[in-house]
Amino acid sequence: MQDDADGVLSRFRHGDVDAFETLFRMHQRAVQGWVLRIVREPSAAEDVTIEAFWRMHQAHARFDPERGFEPWARRIATHAALDWLRRQKPESGMAPELWDTVPTPAGSDPAISAEVRRKIVQAFARLPAKLRVAALLAVVEERPHKEVADALGISTGAVKLRVFRALRLLRKDLGQQGITP
Amino acid sequence: MTNKNQKTGIKDQEGDPMERLLRDAMRPVVDQPELNRDLWPAMLRRMDEQASRGAASVPWFDWALGGALLAFATMAPRTIPVILYYL
Repeated sequence: MQDDADGVLSRFRHGDVDAFETLFRMHQRAVQGWVLRIVREPSAAEDVTIEAFWRMHQAHARFDPERGFEPWARRIATHAALDWLRRQKPESGMAPELWDTVPTPAGSDPAISAEVRRKIVQAFARLPAKLRVAALLAVVEERPHKEVADALGISTGAVKLRVFRALRLLRKDLGQQGITP
Repeated sequence: MTNKNQKTGIKDQEGDPMERLLRDAMRPVVDQPELNRDLWPAMLRRMDEQASRGAASVPWFDWALGGALLAFATMAPRTIPVILYYL
């Protein structure tokens, strides 16, 4: 079984399309779920997932089977999602109506009004994309800093710094609008 | 000192207020969303498009080099055999 998996990875590295299809079908769900955490829009998540797998296909020769497919795929997907975020206009890319299309658990604080939520989401959308991704994954999605660092290809310290800067900028932006946490 | 430590501890336990506000405004995406459709056909289309585009597109430098050679051959037809020899 392990030999089969190793064989698929090895064949993918040599550009075998059947091996790529096998890996695509095995990891599509995980990659799409990860991308959705960043882009927050199901249709965009599909496009970015395809873009990410296309980049994997292009980079097959640089893939190291020893290091596993999933971390490599996640890193490429994170960068594809980051590029997508960079292409979006701040006010349109993360409009509140889009956020509502993402399935979310119930249990938000009723004390925070919809107006305040809207302002927070808009202020968040104005942050630089690389700070947004770090804050989304580490704060909103509560993923471990190590996991976020691996996905972004940076150190854990750099993730903490990006989150700190994102929160500081957000606090400043909201403070100017009279919202203090 | 004890009071300061207690306050810090309480703050750590509650988390940064900005973090809590952000988490409440955005809310996390549910783990592993249901896939609406199989994306492999779209992936294949993308691969085919890129392959045909790759074959059809010639870098601008190649066009410029070809143009320059053609112009040179027009101005000095006697050099054509030499150019053909080196191709």
